[in-house]
Amino acid sequence: MAFPHRPDAPELPDFSMLKRLARDQLIYLLEQLPGKKDLFIEADLMSPLDRIANVSILKIVLLGQTPHQEYAIHCHFMHVRWCLRKRESMEEGDQRWINTVAQALHLLSTLYGPFPNCYGIGRCAKMAYELWRNLEEEEDGETKGRRPEIGHIFLLDRDVDFVTALCSQVVYEGLVDDTFRIKCGSVDFGPEVTSCDKSLKVLLNAEDKVFNEIRNEHFSNVFGFLSQKARNLQAQYDRRRGMDIKQMKNFVSQELKGLKQEHRLLSLHIGACESIMKKKTKQDFQELIKTEHALLEGFNIRESTSYIEEHIDRQVSPIESLRLMCLLSITENGLIPKDYRSLKTQYLQSYGPEHLLTFSNLRRAGLLTEQAPGDTLTAVESKVSKLVTDKAAGKITDAFSSLAKRSNFRAISKKLNLIPRVDGEYDLKVPRDMAYVFSGAYVPLSCRIIEQVLERRSWQGLDEVVRLLNCSDFAFTDMTKEDKASSESLRLILVVFLGGCTFSEISALRFLGREKGYRFIFLTTAVTNSARLMEAMSEVKA
Amino acid sequence: MGLRMNRTKGDEEEYWNSSKFKAFTFDDEDDELSQLKESKRAVNSLRDFVDDDDDDDLERVSWSGEPVGSISWSIKETAGNSGSSHEGREQLKSRNSFSSYAQLPKPTSTYSLSSFFRGRTRPGSFQSLSDALSDTPAKSYAPELGRPKGEYRDYSNDWSPSDTVRRLRKGKVCSLERFRSLQDKLQLLEEAVSMHDGNVITAVLIFLKRTLSKEILFRELEVRQVALRHLIHFLKEIGDQKLLLDLFRFLDRTEELALSHYREHLNIQDPDKRKEFLKTCIGLPFSAEDSAHIQDHYTLLERQIIIEANDRHLESAGQTEIFRKHPRKASILNMPLVTTLFYSCFYHYTEAEGTFSSPVNLKKTFKIPDKQYVLTALAARAKLRAWNDVDALFTTKNWLGYTKKRAPIGFHRVVEILHKNNAPVQTCRDLKDRQQLLAYRSKVDKGSAEEEKIDALLSSSQIRWKN
Repeated sequence: MAFPHRPDAPELPDFSMLKRLARDQLIYLLEQLPGKKDLFIEADLMSPLDRIANVSILKIVLLGQTPHQEYAIHCHFMHVRWCLRKRESMEEGDQRWINTVAQALHLLSTLYGPFPNCYGIGRCAKMAYELWRNLEEEEDGETKGRRPEIGHIFLLDRDVDFVTALCSQVVYEGLVDDTFRIKCGSVDFGPEVTSCDKSLKVLLNAEDKVFNEIRNEHFSNVFGFLSQKARNLQAQYDRRRGMDIKQMKNFVSQELKGLKQEHRLLSLHIGACESIMKKKTKQDFQELIKTEHALLEGFNIRESTSYIEEHIDRQVSPIESLRLMCLLSITENGLIPKDYRSLKTQYLQSYGPEHLLTFSNLRRAGLLTEQAPGDTLTAVESKVSKLVTDKAAGKITDAFSSLAKRSNFRAISKKLNLIPRVDGEYDLKVPRDMAYVFSGAYVPLSCRIIEQVLERRSWQGLDEVVRLLNCSDFAFTDMTKEDKASSESLRLILVVFLGGCTFSEISALRFLGREKGYRFIFLTTAVTNSARLMEAMSEVKA
Repeated sequence: MGLRMNRTKGDEEEYWNSSKFKAFTFDDEDDELSQLKESKRAVNSLRDFVDDDDDDDLERVSWSGEPVGSISWSIKETAGNSGSSHEGREQLKSRNSFSSYAQLPKPTSTYSLSSFFRGRTRPGSFQSLSDALSDTPAKSYAPELGRPKGEYRDYSNDWSPSDTVRRLRKGKVCSLERFRSLQDKLQLLEEAVSMHDGNVITAVLIFLKRTLSKEILFRELEVRQVALRHLIHFLKEIGDQKLLLDLFRFLDRTEELALSHYREHLNIQDPDKRKEFLKTCIGLPFSAEDSAHIQDHYTLLERQIIIEANDRHLESAGQTEIFRKHPRKASILNMPLVTTLFYSCFYHYTEAEGTFSSPVNLKKTFKIPDKQYVLTALAARAKLRAWNDVDALFTTKNWLGYTKKRAPIGFHRVVEILHKNNAPVQTCRDLKDRQQLLAYRSKVDKGSAEEEKIDALLSSSQIRWKN
């Protein structure tokens, strides 16, 4: 039931090298300063630090840290997820991590060879790419002649697709992140999950065999899997009964350890599922999902707006209410002025007048805007439809100038078929497309873009989509010679998310990989979800 | 285009009942949930056979939940011991002998430390000492922190703006003082911007901020959007409020000016001082709507201060029943309006419109919509089990907005609130809503007096149920 890897899936390059490199760099760094040192570690850095060097390696070193000297510690995870300083939001004007991304790409291409194919979309993607190219030119010669191990690289700005980041997640890993907050690959499970009186910090990665099988699954499949596993475990233990001494000895020495391990993991994840279920039932998750799907589809907008209004009136959660408003705004090209005014007023009344500042932040970020008069959805739609049928250049430019700064989600969604048309039930047990990560309702836009560009090996045929995304200047393809690359490496794709990546997108792309025989490697400035996105925008920390 | 807008009512039903939503049902009778519960029971029953104590392979976790061997664990462990262990001191001594860059410790790993930092990917290749010291174009991964003396060998006074910017990006030593003329400085800034690295841009801006007059700096940045954005971001981060406001004033970005000034109120803790500050915000160049919100914020805090003082007095006097029965758990200061309304409906429900603390007064002053008002009042009165008040709220004409035929979100919530507060069954009966009564019946305890009452009502021939 879990998706096994295809037998012909390409092998990953040796990423453990990155971990060793990071550790050695850290030691080198610390050893640069002579004498006894104290190590002051900011709380947020503890987790990433643990991933590369634990106490037996560090021992006691002393480090003086002045306020303005920040040692950015880069952490390399199994799938190359980067954990930079906290607050890596796409705050307007903040380009400070562009260099870090460029450096990362430079490091990767030095270690694993040049990338034969580069694609990208987004303002930051373009800047990071250009900076990276500069770095390569300055220190040229290192990568020439090396065999490429990774065939494609795709750079993508978060703000190309905010919709996906705003949706509730329903794949297991995404749900765990939404519910418990996964930080640097580990999560704190409280007593309600561990079924004892202490909390536990758990590392969630492929070494947790139970987790690895369910992480990308739709939540509805997870129960079935866990209960099957529990039954198997029971059966294994039951075998003890018929054993003689010799068999028992063998059992204890060979199998018991593994079973205990499995038992422990199983009980943790079952506890997590129970906890998730409890929370979701309390939040009336079903109703919430209905509303989200309606917004994605563009159906019954008035009812969805009323739902949001009531959500605010009942003071359910400031972050959730905000998230829903943003989803409405992006999918509908902004709220109609009457709704904007009324929802804003109600939000301030329910959650506090200081959120006036939050609304200002969201407006600047383009997440929660008001439709300009005369710019209702039908007006935009008719303009776009004109575009589709009328190829005259002049008319196209006119239509597009008015599309500036608009999200155009509906038009894009139609062009890229993001809302699957279902005849009968959407089978979540055997998913047939990437929409399964949102229960069959919606294919993540970012993943669809990647899929299409990889298929075409270019942006050909996607010009309209690119223009609707308002990224027309920054979609690029750079195909250098592929002759050195093996066919195996050409099936390896490095995806770089600038501004954050969600677990749902990771799951969706893994699915795509299994379908097409690719393997995806993920590099991101941060793993994000709707709550983190909203919190970064919220002026008042809830 | 616009096909979806034409769904019929029948399609609607189909839509809501389709599989996407069934995928996420949380009914207690659901097979999957009971399956989960069963698995949990099974797993827990296995605890008897599983002896956790002697297992070495499981990740060891301390009482505080930290994995043993992790940094946080060790910090907690060693917190008690002030002096380092003998072993630790020995190690430090050996480290101290490598006090300069000249001697790198001999590596034991397959990849030598220095060769790794030189970018050689072939394992086991060692560098000569002179290679390690020279500052040739050979690539280095080592973060450029401690400044080995060798680094200064190539220090020059002659770098162009683009070279300077490149050095800044690499974190190398670089003095910007030689860029004296305005033209030089602007060129430096332009180079930084074209490099896209925010850290470099900010570093240059810090230099410009120090060496240029405010007016010139502002004037030049006005036409350089990227640099301007970085400066604003930087000023916000370091909290240089004065310069930020001056900048907004110069750029005539009046609304941002007003918002930045307003933001300061979050740093004022004392309620009276905050109230005075908010007063200064009224009349600032906000948009028309925001001006109204600011005014409301001030008025709200003003009210809350009065209510808080008054109620604290009443509570300590000990004569008022409501405060005796339900002592206040928190102050009302700086709470949102809806919370204040809830509080007012809880503690001051019957007060006349004239008082500051009466709900009706709040409703009028802040123009609270009917729907919001009824919902909040209902929650407060239900919590107090004041069923007469609940009834009265139901029968006002304001309630009609809630009774929708399909997917009655509003009424569903009402039942929820009532159920949470164990409402009597009369309310449902009064509304002649048999469906809701049935739904409610499923939630009460079997064989209870409530259930009997419900059954009596359901079988009554006198009530003309509407559904």
